[in-house]
Amino acid sequence: MTSIALNPELAGISRLFIQAAMLVYTAAFLSFAFHLSKLASTKKAVRSSASKLERAGIVLLAIAAVIHGAGVVLRGISASRVPWANMYEFSITGSFVVVSIFLLALAIKDIRLIATFVAGFNLLILGTADTVFWVNVKSLMPALQSYWLVIHVLVAVLATAFFNIGAALAIAYIFKTAKWVEKSKLKMVATFRRILALFPNEDKMERLSYRFNIIGFILWSFTLIAGAIWAERAWHRYWGWDTKEVWTFIIWTIYAGYLHANATRGWSGKRSAWLAIVGFVAILFNFTVVNLFFKGLHVYSGLK
Amino acid sequence: MLAVAAVPGSVFPQRSADPNGVTAYFDGNPQLAPILDAVQLFDVYTSAWFSAIYILLFISLIGCVLPRTAVHFKALRSAPVDTPRSLSRMPAHLEIKASAKTRESVIEASAALLKRQGYRIQIQPGLDDTPASVSAERGYLRETGNLVFHLSLIGVLIAVGFGGGLSYSGQRVLVEGESFVNNLAGFDSFSPGTFFTEDKLVPFSVSLDKFEVDFDLQNQSNIGTPLDFRAFVTSQVVGETAPRTAVIRVNEPLELPGSKLYLTGNGYAPQLTIRDPEGNITYQGATPFLPQSAKYTSLGVIKVPDAKQQFGLIAFFYPTVAELETGALTSLYPAPYDPLLTMNVYVGDLGIDGGAPKNVYALDTSSMKQVAGGKSGVKGLKLQVGQTVKLPGELGTVTFDGLKRFASLDVSYNPGGLWVLVFSLLALAGVTTSLLVPRRRVWVKLADEGFELAALARGDDPTLEKVLGDLARELKPKSIKKESKA
Ligand code: HEM
Repeated sequence: MTSIALNPELAGISRLFIQAAMLVYTAAFLSFAFHLSKLASTKKAVRSSASKLERAGIVLLAIAAVIHGAGVVLRGISASRVPWANMYEFSITGSFVVVSIFLLALAIKDIRLIATFVAGFNLLILGTADTVFWVNVKSLMPALQSYWLVIHVLVAVLATAFFNIGAALAIAYIFKTAKWVEKSKLKMVATFRRILALFPNEDKMERLSYRFNIIGFILWSFTLIAGAIWAERAWHRYWGWDTKEVWTFIIWTIYAGYLHANATRGWSGKRSAWLAIVGFVAILFNFTVVNLFFKGLHVYSGLK
Repeated sequence: MLAVAAVPGSVFPQRSADPNGVTAYFDGNPQLAPILDAVQLFDVYTSAWFSAIYILLFISLIGCVLPRTAVHFKALRSAPVDTPRSLSRMPAHLEIKASAKTRESVIEASAALLKRQGYRIQIQPGLDDTPASVSAERGYLRETGNLVFHLSLIGVLIAVGFGGGLSYSGQRVLVEGESFVNNLAGFDSFSPGTFFTEDKLVPFSVSLDKFEVDFDLQNQSNIGTPLDFRAFVTSQVVGETAPRTAVIRVNEPLELPGSKLYLTGNGYAPQLTIRDPEGNITYQGATPFLPQSAKYTSLGVIKVPDAKQQFGLIAFFYPTVAELETGALTSLYPAPYDPLLTMNVYVGDLGIDGGAPKNVYALDTSSMKQVAGGKSGVKGLKLQVGQTVKLPGELGTVTFDGLKRFASLDVSYNPGGLWVLVFSLLALAGVTTSLLVPRRRVWVKLADEGFELAALARGDDPTLEKVLGDLARELKPKSIKKESKA
């Protein structure tokens, strides 16, 4: 007789941690946003006082990440397994990985420019997870009882996180090179332009985005292969054009196109940045719409 | 292009994955559906146009990779290209002042250094035939990785094609105590690949001795969730003396010669005996009921063709029955703590004699008359285990003898799988190498008052400047005058 021990009270505490992290993310997001708006000021005194705000934002982001991480760990303990077996858990673990990679990368490379994006996006993901995807701890259905759960989903989480940061950089790049931003006479856009002028130059951003996306691509390929190996055991065929398989493949092809765009010059720059964004939108689509509204075997949201 | 072509397959229901969805679509959109069907939108992945794209992709891959392999082979065997005349145009460039003494040895020194760092080098003489420059190149693996990746993709396509053609899968529902033989007659349904022949089926038999399920009873929020399914089977391969016993679980198929046996579903199979008014048995056996909900409310169909008047039963089974406020029945828990069977009875032509194969899980009641349950005016039948009740009219009685479980098994064979895996992993290794190994050329060349360094990367290489800086420092530790290029 198999049995498992679930701890719903602990899952409740984990949820409180996640909600607390959301509060701190909000504070971090606001500091970054104010920081940017100050930087855009025409007055020198205002601009020089801004860096304090940015430092505060980074500290807040780090605090949020720690609370967030504690929430993820508690969720795992409450379910006595890895915390990534349904959409809620995928979201909280995935966004934690995003902020961790961001903070680590920050120590090596100056990518402060997307801090606002990371804080804002994590807030959005956690908000959605908490309100839409929340499910209490459940045992794993027999199809999920496999060590492939650890491998396949962990790598999917990592790939998604890398693509996320790659897409953030691509968006920044698109704004920076956009003609309408450059030409516009609107005051708001002019302010925006001054902010963008503070970002590293376009080449650097393009290359950084590329770097994140290639790592994402390698991890994504692995997710797909690991999924197929698992499918051979759990669903008795390695590939069956299940909706999730189809979309994972589509995303893989989009990013393969992105790599080709960068390899053969002439397609790099804006067009390849757009491909990176399209790729990430497809990932979000795959995770949300395909999971919730399409029929298929791969439905592990735990939502009814 | 293949990506775009794959989209409709996730939007429209596919016959291979969701045949009921296709039927429902036809019912819901009677005008549109036949048009969509004509362009094979319900069979996207086996459609002519999808195959056409697949073959095109295949050809273009070959057309692209073969010439590149040839070029790369040549490059691997030839020396790095000659030093260009003007190095200052390269993306990274340094000019360093040096004494005459340093100048004398710098070319040999840098050649040795670069060689140690894994570069392939060529020393080139100047006008007076003394060494005047070194040209070096490294990162040939980048292109090798790229080619391995593309070649492996071709491998994947071939393995998928051949594997699919040689593959087969057959499904069989077994009630505890039953067995089946691995031949075409032994399966409830069977889907062969294009190159399949029946002699590919290795003769063996499998019987289901026992089926066990664990449901969660401990955790309040999780009551009734299945924790584990176990099918205890005995298999006998022809030619082997001893039978083998094994447990099949989800994620743990049983490997038999030439195929794998998977557990794909399970449910209850109530045992019934039906007798005519004289007491002769007209039906006896355990009939698999298909689960309709997580609590195993199950639906079953029983056809009694051999009675004086043909009749059929549509039955519901509730493992732990409860009554809702509306009076409808439901199941509270998936294990059989308080099992109940309810039945509606239909008399008339079962449609079996026509010879056309009929779905055993469905009863076509269009030319039958309901005589118990529903609007027939006679109450539906209700039975607990061990009970016998009378059927309406002169149909006789039905007895609920006991309860068994059944398992749905899938016997699958796909020889392509292993090769697809091998090629996919090769492709992954190839693409990783080609993305992460930098390929670059480096030149060191004597100049009037010292020497020049330059580098050029193929693809993205953020460390180009640093590479030159380090090189210069090693060649001439002091005084580095930087003249970087924008
Ligand atoms: C070729 C087969 C497969 C592919 C291409 C695939 C692809 C993916 C992708 C892209 C994700 C990331 C998150 C998302 O978009 O939902 C994911 C997550 C996940 N996969 Fe798979 N997968 C495959 C097979 C399997 C199998 C066989 C299982 C289990 C029996 C499985 C279980 C999960 C779970 C539990 C998650 C995390 C929860 C979720 O996001 O829904 N996958 N998979």
